[in-house]
Amino acid sequence: MALRDAFRSKEDRVSEQGALSGVRVPEASAGDTQPVISVRGLDKIYGSGLRALSGIDLEIRRGEIFALLGPNGAGKTTLISIVCGIVNPSAGRILVGGHDIIREYRITRSMVGLVPQELHTDMFETVWDTVRFSRGLFGLAPDAAYLERVLRDLSLWDKRNEEIMTLSGGMKRRVLIAKALAHEPAVLFLDEPTAGVDVELRRDMWALVRRLRDTGVTVILTTHYIEEAEEMAERVGVIHKGKLILVEDKQALMAKLGKKQLTLHLQSPLPGIPATLAGWDLTLNNDGSELELTFGADEEQACIPALLRSMGELGIEFRDLNTRQSSLEEIFVNLVSERK
Amino acid sequence: MNATQFNIHGVRAIYRFEMTRFARTLWQSLATPVITTVLYFVVFGAAIGGRMGEVDGVTYGAFIVPGLIMLTVFTESLNNASFGIHMPKFTGTIYELLSAPVSAVEIVLAYVGAAATKSVLLGLLILLTASLFMPVQVLYPGWMLFYLVLVAVAFSLAGFIIGIWARGFEELQFVPMLIVTPLTFLGGAFYSIDMLPGAWRTVSLFNPVVYVISGFRWTFHGSGDVSMGISLAVVSGLIGLGLLLVWGIFRTGYRLKS
Repeated sequence: MALRDAFRSKEDRVSEQGALSGVRVPEASAGDTQPVISVRGLDKIYGSGLRALSGIDLEIRRGEIFALLGPNGAGKTTLISIVCGIVNPSAGRILVGGHDIIREYRITRSMVGLVPQELHTDMFETVWDTVRFSRGLFGLAPDAAYLERVLRDLSLWDKRNEEIMTLSGGMKRRVLIAKALAHEPAVLFLDEPTAGVDVELRRDMWALVRRLRDTGVTVILTTHYIEEAEEMAERVGVIHKGKLILVEDKQALMAKLGKKQLTLHLQSPLPGIPATLAGWDLTLNNDGSELELTFGADEEQACIPALLRSMGELGIEFRDLNTRQSSLEEIFVNLVSERK
Repeated sequence: MNATQFNIHGVRAIYRFEMTRFARTLWQSLATPVITTVLYFVVFGAAIGGRMGEVDGVTYGAFIVPGLIMLTVFTESLNNASFGIHMPKFTGTIYELLSAPVSAVEIVLAYVGAAATKSVLLGLLILLTASLFMPVQVLYPGWMLFYLVLVAVAFSLAGFIIGIWARGFEELQFVPMLIVTPLTFLGGAFYSIDMLPGAWRTVSLFNPVVYVISGFRWTFHGSGDVSMGISLAVVSGLIGLGLLLVWGIFRTGYRLKS
């Protein structure tokens, strides 16, 4: 099974290589071209009248890391909660692994693991009991060896006999991840996985997500930390006021909407931009001592050497230069503010 | 897991979780009802009962044993079942239950089953305690056990519904304290309704708890306020009503899903 591979010890992996490598859960191997999650025309209007989602169409590819971005209250958690069965949809249809989440909920829910945003944990249960509980709840027979690997991988093995209430916030978050992985899901939802989490755990979490992806698990994370999406995701969806305003490969998105800037620190200030340089998108800052070129992320090849050549011909010298590329955050802020 | 397979592991996990909770608080779980019952025996059985004649052909002390067991079973079933499902709602851990491949039937079976198990064990423990104070005879032990299980299931089911309905701990206490306890006291736990004046006897017959207690008393002494058939019908009716409400809750997601 795909997920089991992630938690197999190194020795296991070596000894079983060839025999088991490439063995995937049946749901994961059936038709890899089919999206693992397909959302069509999804609306959600809460009892209070609040329209949380409208007309969401989304396909998640098998085995990808997908980041759902959006400001607080955009509808990210509602979308995830509907796929997991916690919130009822008002309209639309959702398939997980080709199965309807309402009619075939047993199949779809056993494929999906959820790590909620809030630290909802039991208090008096031990770590071991709670992961055992989760595995059973999702219909699987006990498997102490598998659960041990999950706990070890999350650095929870030493804490297995401790009551959850005695653990720190970061440890509780790990417990929630262990619970979500206890039933070997093919799809893992991480709702704001690194909200309020220290740097070390954040790095651990990113490493874990990559490991899971390498074994064929599809990971969908919501975040409003763009850094996280930029670091992790292969594709990005932006949700704003209940609408999915964009779904794009991260690289393509950065190339399409990302801007690059070249800043040249000049030897001596210029009074104005020379007429021969009018063809470039230039601004003069800092009393004429900095020349800033803005260009699209895909035109960098031709742009910079030509500018430098022209400047050389004009006798404009510079003592330093730096370039920067706009982050997903800026792209995101631009996208969202355009729609306000 | 396929679309129709019964999730036995899921039922077991919830049942085990609930029974562990019970075991963790074993001392409180057992001591409180037992001590309360002992107090009742001392007050009603020994102090007052000694001055009273026989009721339904048995001593007053023996007469109140079934009623006292029922009183505990009602209270404990309601408390345990309502708390069991209300806690996950309160702490938020219910997300896991709602996202798991468990059906409504499985959830009810596990939560109500666990609460009913505790109540039956407590009922038997109180029977044992009572027999230390006075000779207690059970005329139909098989029926007694069967009926005890039925009543525990009926009230655990009610507790489960209250646990979902309640929006806070105050509401959780509301139904047991304000409805069930008075109905139980007026339902013949400590007296036969034949001892009441005519008009009050008629009023009492509108109290379903009268029928429930009467049936249990029949399994002990072979007589009750109403016939055993009617008692069984009332308890079955309560279970049926509970199942209907639970079905409605899960169909609409009432106070579980938005």
